[in-house]
Amino acid sequence: MGFLSLKPDTSLPLRKLPSGSFTVDSSGNIVTSTVPTSFPVAQVNRIARLVLQTFARGHEAGYPFAELIIHFAAFKLHARELRGGAIVFLSPQKRAS
Amino acid sequence: MAVRPRILLLDDDQELLDMYQEILGQMPSRPEVVTAASGARAIALLESQTFTLMVTDLNMPKMDGLQVLSIVRRKYPQLRIVVLTSVMDEQFRSRSYAMGVDLFWQKPSTMDEIKLFLDCIESLLGREEQESGFRGVQSKSLVDLIQLECLSRTSTTLRITNGNLEGRIWIRDGDVIDSATASLTGTEAFKEILCWKTGSFEIMAADDSRPRRIQESYQGLLLETAQAIDEGQYQPQPDGDEGAATLVSPLVALSKVPGVEFLIEVPEEKTKDAEAWAAENVPATSAWMREVVEQYRKLGDDLQAGQLLNIEFHGSQRHLTCAPGVGKHLLAGWNRNLPPDELRENLKLLTSKWAS
Repeated sequence: MGFLSLKPDTSLPLRKLPSGSFTVDSSGNIVTSTVPTSFPVAQVNRIARLVLQTFARGHEAGYPFAELIIHFAAFKLHARELRGGAIVFLSPQKRAS
Repeated sequence: MAVRPRILLLDDDQELLDMYQEILGQMPSRPEVVTAASGARAIALLESQTFTLMVTDLNMPKMDGLQVLSIVRRKYPQLRIVVLTSVMDEQFRSRSYAMGVDLFWQKPSTMDEIKLFLDCIESLLGREEQESGFRGVQSKSLVDLIQLECLSRTSTTLRITNGNLEGRIWIRDGDVIDSATASLTGTEAFKEILCWKTGSFEIMAADDSRPRRIQESYQGLLLETAQAIDEGQYQPQPDGDEGAATLVSPLVALSKVPGVEFLIEVPEEKTKDAEAWAAENVPATSAWMREVVEQYRKLGDDLQAGQLLNIEFHGSQRHLTCAPGVGKHLLAGWNRNLPPDELRENLKLLTSKWAS
C-alpha cells in the first residue's frame, strides 16, 4: 500500500537554525564564514550589522564591552570584538530535558 | 449518542491529505477528518470550528509548521497536536515538543508503522473522551492551587517553577507534608515558593516515601505566609531565619545579589521612567537597552530561535546583563572580576528574584 509513503517534497525547506562562525570587518563586510550556505547570506549580513551596531552603541552609551552573548531559548549568538570588527559564533541550543 | 471526534489535517500535499483523510476516517472512533492545505486555512478553520486533534506537517511553503504550531498552541491550548513529518531532525523534534505538541511522528512508511501511528491517534482521541474535567492553560495563584488540592483531599506532588528556580510541594491526603527548593526544605521552602508571584506548575504523582517535615495545617501555613507578604515584602533569608521579613525596595533587595554594582529596571514604553539603583546616566542607558532588546527580539522571531532569555555584555570595566521581561527589562552592572560562570549563576539568581 502506497499510503503515506515518502514522496519527493516540493515544499520550501524548513529553516534550520544556523551553526557556525563568521568574521566581519569594521565596515560590515563578511571576511570569513563557516556558516552553512543554506543559511541566507542576507541574514548573516544582518546579524553582522546588528552585532557591530550593538558594540558601537555600547561604547556611545558609556559601556564599552568586548564580548556579547545573546541567549535565545533555542539559539545562542556569541560575538567578540576584533579590532573594530567582530567574530561571531552561532550555535543552536538543545532544550534542557 | 457519542460525539464524533474531529481531526484537522494540515499538509501542503493534496494527495497525502486525501489518503490521510480516508485512513484516519476509518479508525474505530470514526472521526470526522477535515483537511487544510495551508497554515492560513488551518487557522481559519480552527477559528470557525471545533476540533479535537490537529495533525500537521512541518515542511510547508509560506507559513511552515512551526509557525502554525506557535499560533495554534497559544490560541487553542486545549487542542491536541500531532506533528507528522518527514523531517527527522533532533532540533525540530525538540522545538516542536518545546511548543507543546502531544506527539512528534515520522511519516510512516510500513504497515506496522501505520498501525502504530493510528493506534496512537486513536489513543489520543480516546484520552480526550475519558478525561473528565477541563484541560487548558490555567493561570491561578499558588494559594488557590494548593487550597484546591488540599480541599479535594488528594495526594500529589506539585512541581513549581519560577524562572530558573524550581520547588516542590508534597501533598498527602489533603495535607501539605513537605516542601523543597534548591536550598531550603520544609516550612521555609513552602514560604519561599509562595513568595513567587509568577511561574508554572505541574501536578505529578504522589510520593508515598516522602517523609513528613511540615506538621502545621495548610490553612495555618497559607495564613502565616500571606500575612508576612501583606505586611511588607517578604524576603526569605538565605540562612533560613524563620519568619524574618523586611520591607525593602525591590531594586535594593536585588542589589544584594553578589557582584551587582548597579541596576536599572527599564520599562518597554519609552514614555515611562526607569527605576534605578546606583546607576548613572539612566535615561540614555535605558534607551540603549530598549533598542537592543527590541532588535534582538526581532532577530529571534525572524530566525524562530525562541524567546530571548538574556543578554551578556563582557567588558574590561564591568560586565552588563539584561534580562528581558514582560513590559520591562532588568539591566544589571556587575563587577568586572566576576568569572563568566559565576556571573551566569548570579544572573539566574537575580532574574528569579526579580521575577518573584
